[in-house]
Amino acid sequence: MKFVDSKTPAVDLQVSIGSLTLKNPIMTASGTFGYAKEFEPYVNLHRLGAVVVKGISLLPRAGNPPPRIVETSCGMLNAIGLENVGVDRFISEKMDSLNGVNVPVVVNILGDTLEEYREISERLADVEGIAAIEVNISCPNVKKGGVAFGTVPEMAASVTKAVKESCSVPVIVKLSPNVTDISLIARGVEEAGADAVSLINTLIGMAIDHRSRRPKLANVIGGLSGPAIKPVALRMVFQVAQAVSIPVIGIGGIETAEDVLEFMLAGATAVQIGTANFVNPRASEEAVEGISRYVADQRLQSVRELIGGLILAD
Amino acid sequence: MSQIQEKTQIIRIDRLTSDIVRLTLDAPNIASVASPGQFVMIRTGETNDPLLRRPFSISQTSSDGHFQILFKVVGRGTDLLSHCREGECLSVLGPLGSGYRIDTSRPACLVGGGMGIAPLLFLGKRILQNGVDQRPLVVLGARNREELQPLIDDFADLGLKVHAATDDGSLGHHGLLTDVLKSLDLGPECMTYVCGPKPMMAAVYLFCRSKKYGCQVSVETAMACGMGACLGCIVPLKKGGYGHSCSDGPVFDAEDLLWQL
Ligand SMILES: Cc1cc2nc3c(=O)[nH]c(=O)nc-3n(C[C@H](O)[C@H](O)[C@H](O)COP(=O)(O)OP(=O)(O)OC[C@H]3O[C@@H](n4cnc5c(N)ncnc54)[C@H](O)[C@@H]3O)c2cc1C
Ligand SMILES: Cc1cc2nc3c(=O)[nH]c(=O)nc-3n(C[C@H](O)[C@H](O)[C@H](O)COP(=O)(O)O)c2cc1C
Ligand code: FES
Repeated sequence: MKFVDSKTPAVDLQVSIGSLTLKNPIMTASGTFGYAKEFEPYVNLHRLGAVVVKGISLLPRAGNPPPRIVETSCGMLNAIGLENVGVDRFISEKMDSLNGVNVPVVVNILGDTLEEYREISERLADVEGIAAIEVNISCPNVKKGGVAFGTVPEMAASVTKAVKESCSVPVIVKLSPNVTDISLIARGVEEAGADAVSLINTLIGMAIDHRSRRPKLANVIGGLSGPAIKPVALRMVFQVAQAVSIPVIGIGGIETAEDVLEFMLAGATAVQIGTANFVNPRASEEAVEGISRYVADQRLQSVRELIGGLILAD
Repeated sequence: MSQIQEKTQIIRIDRLTSDIVRLTLDAPNIASVASPGQFVMIRTGETNDPLLRRPFSISQTSSDGHFQILFKVVGRGTDLLSHCREGECLSVLGPLGSGYRIDTSRPACLVGGGMGIAPLLFLGKRILQNGVDQRPLVVLGARNREELQPLIDDFADLGLKVHAATDDGSLGHHGLLTDVLKSLDLGPECMTYVCGPKPMMAAVYLFCRSKKYGCQVSVETAMACGMGACLGCIVPLKKGGYGHSCSDGPVFDAEDLLWQL
């Protein structure tokens, strides 16, 4: 690995997510960065603010049948079906290499029931090297007829509470955009004790092959991500940042430092880069470099000056 | 694994037919470590549409730091690539995946259909470089003479004789590649190295199974990242669950896959 580029100016890029301090606001999004190791050939991982690993469930999941991904205009649909090795194998097989990369690790968790969320959090509670837990609440609650936890404020709040009670690290709740009023959900999880919210998860979409008259994904529907969703994500970050006082982490179609600036102006304290990692594996590190240059060029005291700095009227 | 992301310059463009193109790229760091069956992910344009990189097999490398890909125009990404000019630069990730496992102790037979022929040239070359008692047999199929002839010429340059099959009979056997395969004396213990459309690979695998030949196939799936991060590129395995074609493959032992025969 290369040393930190000495040309990068020393500027204050620190941001705080609850009790966790990140050296810069750039994180990678769950499910788009593997377990970080995959990106070691391309990225100086220690230069990132944090990495978020693929969503972990209590038991291993095989995921959905193929095809699982399809490209759409300026974006892609995925129906991976939350394939993962399960919490026990995650701890025994993945944590060692994650601890080796010298970057804060955020573990993304998911479950079918409240008890599952609680149990995963308990198992992760004592594991060395976990900087925070991000809770994916876009999953269906099997005990409530499959309604996604993240679509009902009370259910979102109860998951948040369960995870908060089971661990001591900061808890980030990742919001689903597939709701009528995302601010309501954000307020619900804030009251339940969330240290931060991250948004947005993918927008539910669909693609059809008119020649075969079949859906392009075996699962029929999937999650839309990439530049196509950026305007929706920016709007939701803007609304949520005004509705809550905990930090907001912006996600959705971010590729460059300019995108990061826009999300921070809309009210995000930090951001996550997702689909862009597939297109340009160096996207996250390049965003760090770009933001660093911007803060230096603009002679800002710190990157934090940007948060919520949107000018609405003169 | 020594994968890298490289800005590569297009050294040469050969238009083999109206829709089959061969690009020669200057990428010393990729060419020097690539092995047969591995692939690269190429950005086909500078804009966000099409967004994702496209996977292509490495069809040949040279000692002066170049490698080639061979592709057919089937959609927007390949159309964009086919309109590139010599001297232009492309962003390439690679070499990716695990390729063919060359078994030097067994006679080799390379079986390629359509664009699946691309990785086999690299493989044939490497097998010859390794030094073998028996030259590999080569069986190639395509739609017609126009498509197949330029690809056969590449193998002829290596001194390899090609047994051909075409859908329209304009070159070699009129019909299936597996008919040609059945008519050849492959010898016992043969290892077949296969790449092509799924139905063709399934037929070749069935034949190999009946003869107790080894069979390695290169599978094609949709891919978003090519490096094990998106989990989109799965293939069902016989033992249950899925393999990831970009990292566990693209070359699999045909025995390990779940075939719909
Ligand atoms: C590991 C790997 C190696 C590959 N190596 C090669 C190679 O050496 N040479 C080569 O030509 N191709 C190769 N391919 C296939 C190649 O990646 C696709 O043809 C390409 O991605 C199509 O991109 P596009 O934007 O032109 O088409 P898209 O716009 O993505 O698709 C256009 C249409 O073509 C169909 N389509 C997609 N792929 C294919 C295909 N392979 N054949 C026929 N129709 C298709 C789609 O379903 C769609 O209807 C490889 C694929 C993989 C996974
Ligand atoms: C292939 C893929 C897999 C994903 N897996 C997860 C996951 O396991 N857990 C999760 O919370 N979000 C997951 N996401 C959502 C992303 O983390 C992110 O919220 C979303 O893709 C929007 O950001 P982007 O446009 O930058 O990709 C996944 C996204 C993609 C494309
Ligand atoms: S293509 Fe992304 S994991 Fe294989």
